[in-house]
Amino acid sequence: MDRDLAIQLTYLASSVLFILGLRSLTKPDRARRGMQQAAVGMLLAIIGTLIQQDVVRYEWIIGGLIAGCLLGYPLGMWVPMTAMPQRIAFSHMFGALAASLVGIAEFTTSLAAGEVIETTRISALGIEVLFGSLTVTGSFIAFGKLAEFLPGKPITYKGQNIVNGALFAATLSLLIFVITHPDARLAFFLLVGLSASVGLFLVLPIGGADMPVVISLLNSYAGLAASATGFAIGNTVLIIAGALDGASGFLLSIIMSRAMNRSFRNILFGAFGSQVTAGAKTAAGLAVQEVSVADAALRLAYARLAVVVPGYGMAVAQAQHQVKEVAELIERNGGEVRFAIHPVAGRMPGHMNVLLAEANIPYDELVEMSEINPQFPDTDVALIVGANDVVNPAAVNDPSSPIYGMPIIDAYKAKSVIVLKRSMNPGFAGIENELFYMPNTTMLFGDAKASLSSLAAEMKTL
Amino acid sequence: MTEILQLYVFVLAGFVGYQVITRVPPLLHTPLMSATNAISGISLVGSLVVAGSNHGLAASILGAIAVGCAMTNVVGGFLITDRMLRMFKRAEPKGK
Repeated sequence: MDRDLAIQLTYLASSVLFILGLRSLTKPDRARRGMQQAAVGMLLAIIGTLIQQDVVRYEWIIGGLIAGCLLGYPLGMWVPMTAMPQRIAFSHMFGALAASLVGIAEFTTSLAAGEVIETTRISALGIEVLFGSLTVTGSFIAFGKLAEFLPGKPITYKGQNIVNGALFAATLSLLIFVITHPDARLAFFLLVGLSASVGLFLVLPIGGADMPVVISLLNSYAGLAASATGFAIGNTVLIIAGALDGASGFLLSIIMSRAMNRSFRNILFGAFGSQVTAGAKTAAGLAVQEVSVADAALRLAYARLAVVVPGYGMAVAQAQHQVKEVAELIERNGGEVRFAIHPVAGRMPGHMNVLLAEANIPYDELVEMSEINPQFPDTDVALIVGANDVVNPAAVNDPSSPIYGMPIIDAYKAKSVIVLKRSMNPGFAGIENELFYMPNTTMLFGDAKASLSSLAAEMKTL
Repeated sequence: MTEILQLYVFVLAGFVGYQVITRVPPLLHTPLMSATNAISGISLVGSLVVAGSNHGLAASILGAIAVGCAMTNVVGGFLITDRMLRMFKRAEPKGK
């Protein structure tokens, strides 16, 4: 009995440490400390589990732990910050795989022992493998799209929603069947397979720009799978940690879809590509103005307030360090620099902040959309680095545009706008950006990294 | 009865999570994701029991793979979160 009490107390301690760790993330100064405490919490939970009576053999455990350390270290220390979205998707897959495997093992051992699995337990196991295997395949597809070995464009076909709807219905009915027939081995494994295909079909039609929502949602599902494991094996710390993850992922996906002015349903069931034809204004008859590096450098050098708007293009070009160099030069000339961060800029929540922090830009210069927007009328130069849809004024003034209603960064209100862009190809899903054709906008074509380097070189000579 | 208590724990923990995470600034959303990722490695607790109890080879192998996956998330997740959080710095007061 004493041993049980000790175990429960370590679990309680680790639950508290997890919550404190997440709370520390509300303050950047305290975050590091708090997460280290959460890591201690994890260590406590592991120790608490290892002293359980059920644990009698250690060779498999040690093998697994060593393999995990060997795989985890490079994933933690060597993955570049630009590869963060795919890395997160990849580890969602791992977490969900662990939960699914535990569910399967629990189910088969109970059957082999000839137990009749209680309704509550089989429900938990069913939900666990449902969310688990759905997240494994869904995350794999998301990972593939982000790592670009699968096409980032939405993959759609006729009758897609009917197929998906039928698949959902079948999976749900199978779950109910498994719950009412807890000894049906085949049905249980069919549920695993069917859930995996739901994950596949759910994420395949979703385009790259919607990935922030998908990653957050999968984060939430991985948490729910862990929670269900806790219900199945009667482990409170699993329930708590899983619920924390579930809530976090859920909240992030709400924030992300709000920032795109789209509903969950719209993202999950209405691939963006399908509605473009209706709205996109053509650019026929409009011309963009190009700017030379020398001109752009001159304008930046004499700007009193410059606002940099980074987007996914900056991540692709890995141009964050060059952005920092240009910003420093503006500051050296007496100007002020701010960075305007749209919530869905990039491929995952907070993507831009991490990249700019990596380039040593202090976080007080990274400003959220709602705070920076009133400052644009006083902004001398808005420098757009690889952002497109998040600065498209069509979201404000063109009701026929597919992104109408999405909150944007009001860069178009700046006195002048310099857009760094590889070519005139429109952003994802082919939406034209009116900003590029406005009289106060000039374009500097080329790779963002190269353009910024030459801008910096030019500014140094001034 | 235990199931009801478990449900209480789940719902209340969900609320706590929701309340805490609402206050995380967008600045730290990526570290938040990697942190929850590391914490989701708590599946380790379930995996360890499966891998360590004597329920036949199949269960042990499944358990060992699960331990490996969960431990990868724990180690990788906490390391990368720390690496990111280390980069977030406040501006040094400039002596203008």
